[in-house]
Amino acid sequence: MIEINHVNKWYGPSFQALKDCTTSVAKGEVVVVCGPSGSGKSTLIKCVNALEPIQGGDIVLDGIKVNDPKTDLPKLRSRVGMVFQHFELFPHLRIIDNLCLAQEKVLGRKHDDAVVTAMKLLDRVGLKDHAKKFPAELSGGQQQRVAIARALAMNPIAMLFDEPTSALDPEMISEVLDVMVDLAREGMTMMVVTHEMGFANKVADRVIFMDRGEIVEDAKKADFFGTPRSDRAQKFLSKILQH
Amino acid sequence: MNYNWNWHIFLEPNPMGTGTYLDMLLAGLVVTVKVSVLAWIIALVSGTVIGVLRTLPSRTASWIGFCWVEFFRNMPLLVQLFLWFFVLPELLPKSAGLWMKQLPNAPFWTAAVGVGLFMSARVAVQLQAGIGSLPRGQKQASTALGLTTVQTYRYVLLPMAFRIILPPLTSEFLNTIKNSAVAITIGLIELTGQARSMQEFSFQVFEAFTAATVLYLLLNFVVVTAMRFLERYVAIPGYITGK
Repeated sequence: MIEINHVNKWYGPSFQALKDCTTSVAKGEVVVVCGPSGSGKSTLIKCVNALEPIQGGDIVLDGIKVNDPKTDLPKLRSRVGMVFQHFELFPHLRIIDNLCLAQEKVLGRKHDDAVVTAMKLLDRVGLKDHAKKFPAELSGGQQQRVAIARALAMNPIAMLFDEPTSALDPEMISEVLDVMVDLAREGMTMMVVTHEMGFANKVADRVIFMDRGEIVEDAKKADFFGTPRSDRAQKFLSKILQH
Repeated sequence: MNYNWNWHIFLEPNPMGTGTYLDMLLAGLVVTVKVSVLAWIIALVSGTVIGVLRTLPSRTASWIGFCWVEFFRNMPLLVQLFLWFFVLPELLPKSAGLWMKQLPNAPFWTAAVGVGLFMSARVAVQLQAGIGSLPRGQKQASTALGLTTVQTYRYVLLPMAFRIILPPLTSEFLNTIKNSAVAITIGLIELTGQARSMQEFSFQVFEAFTAATVLYLLLNFVVVTAMRFLERYVAIPGYITGK
């Protein structure tokens, strides 16, 4: 579903953010990407739907080359859901309109159909009663669940999560993770940048560990949490699992 | 000071035979309103386009925006009006120059366009700042949903940016009205112009300019009040600047 082949990316002439990264996410697979800050994990996931350009290598999404200038990027992006650290709901639109905007403007759905889809998804994330509110009237956890619903409204073939719980108060993390666990169990293809090792342990098929722009470890979940092969990953895990 | 105050002058007939002196001033007020509104529309439309250009990643776009803004904001308005009114017709091919000079109401159109372009540079800079103040993730979220750049600006960035810059835009609208008085120098008989001719005909200079002052104040008060209503109307519930 997502193939990342020898991807290189620079910011400016001197800083290399991604170094020869190669990995893949199969259909229905859940892959967790972790690593210390500045390791390039967010950059990597943003390259998958070309929010960030790459300077070397290839990214292929459902058979379509992302970094081909001829690719219709808006169309391709509309098929991949993305959830951001800071939710990024559109503050001037009601929750329902946040969910309908892209359905109507990108997919060309009729307003009534878009509303039906939107309400179904809001119900699913437990926020049907908040449809008429504005984003600023919801808590962080609620906003992030709306953001997930907004991405799902496009009927994506895969979902990208960029640190979806990092900006949340601890008590709100689980309500968002619950939604994500359900999604994973339903067979959604997911690539998740997160430090929530509990989540990784529960639903991930594979775990990718990145450091300084490189993929240091790319292993099945059991192997990763059992005996990571790299020292760096072992140190990282010992630090974040300590408490 | 030997001055003969005469507040009844406004009700006396003016020498042009167009009614009283008050009628003269009110006719000037109408011209001021007309030229200001037209100039403001020009400033808003072209300022929006230029402001957006300045925020695009394309170098050509931001270069065009840069040139526009620096050209129109770094020259005194008076000089600009002289350029458009006296110099431009001479520089154009003969037939076009003649057409400009013979334009009925040429001072009016020159003033509207001249003041409008002058103000557009200020609108552009403010809009650029408004767009720049939005979180970067807003554009990314919109792009990730599959919206094109034009749709992202139309539905996501501009509605928020304009809300944020509404208070300074009010000041710019007031500036447009006040700057329209410069058009007296190219022969537009607007409110200031009428006050001057009233002074010349009647020698009641204090009364004439007191009346003009009051009329400007009233006009700007109407604008301020209308903008307050607009601000309240577009405020977003729960959003911090929406209060």
